[in-house]
Amino acid sequence: MVHWSAEEKQLIAGLWGKVNVEECGAEALARLLIVYPWTQRFFASFGNLSSPTAIIGNPKVRAHGKKVLTSFGDAIKNLDNIKGTYSKLSELHCDKLHVDPENFRLLGDILVIVLASHFGRDFTPACQFAWQKLVSVVAHALARKYH
Amino acid sequence: MVLSAHDKANVKAVFGKVGGQAEELGAETLERMFAAYPQTKTYFPHFDLGKGSAQVKGHGKKVAAALVEAANNIDDIAGALSKLSDLHAQKLRVDPVNFKLLGQCFLVVVASRNPSLLTPEVHASLDKFLCAVGTVLTAKYR
Repeated sequence: MVHWSAEEKQLIAGLWGKVNVEECGAEALARLLIVYPWTQRFFASFGNLSSPTAIIGNPKVRAHGKKVLTSFGDAIKNLDNIKGTYSKLSELHCDKLHVDPENFRLLGDILVIVLASHFGRDFTPACQFAWQKLVSVVAHALARKYH
Repeated sequence: MVLSAHDKANVKAVFGKVGGQAEELGAETLERMFAAYPQTKTYFPHFDLGKGSAQVKGHGKKVAAALVEAANNIDDIAGALSKLSDLHAQKLRVDPVNFKLLGQCFLVVVASRNPSLLTPEVHASLDKFLCAVGTVLTAKYR
């Protein structure tokens, strides 16, 4: 089980309270598809991903980004049982979606950058540490049921 | 992975804007890297890594200068960083995984200080550039 210090929990929850989940989720997923274009392989059904502008404006990207980040919220509410929280999603990503877990790490790093751009100086090194830890734990949990 | 003309222009534009604060960016990048990825501290047992450390500032300045040099010679990063590449291969031997961690922190620093500068396209170009730098620095490892 992952140990979270009181400070780490505070840094995570404190920032999360100010996050616009729809905006940040959409931006994080769009950036993933733009910065690491090979990740578009999972989204053939999303329509027009032909340019950064198309990706950013794509309503399916926005909706899916919101969905993904909303699920992060579940992890944050259950920091002491992230494994359990993501158990079914892990199976889904393996058995149905066939997503290489490396993609979870890529998205996690992008999310940290998006948070930094939104929160500026408030996204302190200590804050970054807590969030890098969180995205790493989430990525690990999502990969856990792979077989 | 190849830097397109567009990527090169984006990278030069970023360094054009932030090059003046390169030292501070370098120092903050290292500070964040040591904080977010404590394992990176193992390469600096001889440093004072406390807040405001003069050694970290000094080293950040060196790292930033190398990135600026690479950006200024973006058509031949391997040539521009050849000596640094030798140094990393023969003496420093920093595990290749750590260049990605440094890159992540540099992007975070740029994002937090200049969010409007780091558009998705620029983010992509800068990420590619940082990968290219890491590749050059580890090219002679074996």
